Amino acid sequence: MVKVENLKKNFGDLEVLKDINLTVEEGEKLVIIGPSGSGKSTLIRCINYLEEPTSGEVYINDQLVTKKNRSEMAKNYSSMVFQQFNLYPHMTVLQNLTLAPVKLQKVPKKEAENTAMEYLERVGLADKANEYPQNLSGGQQQRVAIARSLCTKQKLILFDEPTSALDPEMVQEVLDVMIGLSKENITMVCVTHEMGFARQVADRVIFMDDGNIVEEGTPEHFFTNPENERTKAFLGKILH
Amino acid sequence: MIKDLFDVKRWEAFLKVLPTEYIPGFIMTLKVALAGLLLALVLGVIFGILSTMKIKICQFLSRAYVEFFQNTPLVVQVFFYYNCLPFVIGGRVPKFWLGVIGVGIYHGAYIAEVIRTGIEAVPKGQFDAAYSQGFGYLQTMWYIILPQTMKMILPPLTNQALNLVKNTSVLAMVAGMDLMYHADSWGGDRNFFVQAYLPCALLYFAICFPLARLARYLEIRSKQIPSAKKAKGVA
Ligand SMILES: Nc1ncnc2c1ncn2[C@@H]1O[C@H](COP(=O)(O)OP(=O)(O)O)[C@@H](O)[C@H]1O
Ligand SMILES: [Mg+2]
Repeated sequence: MVKVENLKKNFGDLEVLKDINLTVEEGEKLVIIGPSGSGKSTLIRCINYLEEPTSGEVYINDQLVTKKNRSEMAKNYSSMVFQQFNLYPHMTVLQNLTLAPVKLQKVPKKEAENTAMEYLERVGLADKANEYPQNLSGGQQQRVAIARSLCTKQKLILFDEPTSALDPEMVQEVLDVMIGLSKENITMVCVTHEMGFARQVADRVIFMDDGNIVEEGTPEHFFTNPENERTKAFLGKILH
Repeated sequence: MIKDLFDVKRWEAFLKVLPTEYIPGFIMTLKVALAGLLLALVLGVIFGILSTMKIKICQFLSRAYVEFFQNTPLVVQVFFYYNCLPFVIGGRVPKFWLGVIGVGIYHGAYIAEVIRTGIEAVPKGQFDAAYSQGFGYLQTMWYIILPQTMKMILPPLTNQALNLVKNTSVLAMVAGMDLMYHADSWGGDRNFFVQAYLPCALLYFAICFPLARLARYLEIRSKQIPSAKKAKGVA
């Protein structure tokens, strides 16, 4: 589904990604962990070309992602859920969900609304369809954002710390939605530090540090015998 | 002065020319202002968007336009069009178009800056969300960014509209057949200054004041359109 080859990304003089190679299979649930500033966001933002790689290639479905085709690729293959939700504040929840299907994918409005209502039902927010995002709690906004990413029906969803901006009591409601999602044949790439979630859904976990993938393995591997010293130190901190 | 103000004969003379001079001038001013505003908005949106694109040549074009027209007097610009455009188009420029082009291009430069500031105030996450869904740059602007700038840009935009109406009076200097031209040519010839300029001012006021009220109303309404909060700390 996703292939990253020799990916490097610099911001000015700062080398944020140093030669990343990564393959994600179709339907795989990949969790990315690592300390703040290690390049996790930059990596997944290079996958859908929100960031332009300095060098190296990203393929989705065996197609090279370029500056030119990035909109087409996003429209057809990938969607994203952000730490700060990034719902469109001038639109109702329902409008947020139907904008891309109607304007980009040319789905008839009625059909898009029906689909949107189904997904809202799934994230438990059907009654909020006509609210504006600002009237929802953080957890609700993030569930709407996940529903929005589902409405466009791409096979790959990128999550960038979807629960990090939430009050603790709202984390679980969002994780529950993501756990529900994981039962489907959707490829999920999640940057998250929720190790319980990782253990439950991840096929594979990678640990990033300082622009490199330092260790990878099953969630069990990370819980039981992480090898790299940096990994151990990091896990020691987040697992208490 | 005071005596002139209460000179009944002069006011009677004014009333006679009201339908023949003032009303046509008023209508001309109104038409020029409306069409000029439309042109200014179109130019403002185009150059405002160009200036936010990460393409050097677009930014340069936008900068050049804004700086040139903001930093030269409107009067000079209009005189320039008046005298030079005939060579380009091979004929006299209709006064209506002279006015539209004059205030349209001039205020377009200010509106471009208003739009740019508005776009830059929208949090970057809104662009990310739109791109991640597959929207292109212009689609992102149209569906997602520009609607969110409304709240912020309406007051300065209204200010521009008001100034634009007033600035159409520069047409008088090139015999533009607008309100100010008629007022001046009638009253100036006879030294009926009070009767010439006071009603003239009131007629401008009659356009500008309702516009200001409308703007106030829109401003209050636009406060009800929610806008994205700036992200606090993004890891
Ligand atoms: N747009 C940018 N401009 C400059 N530096 C950036 C930008 N985005 C990220 N960085 C830097 O790149 C590094 C990695 O950032 P990021 O990928 O967000 O890390 P993570 O998500 O793992 O916390 C950090 O040092 C950050 O300051
Ligand atoms: Mg991050």
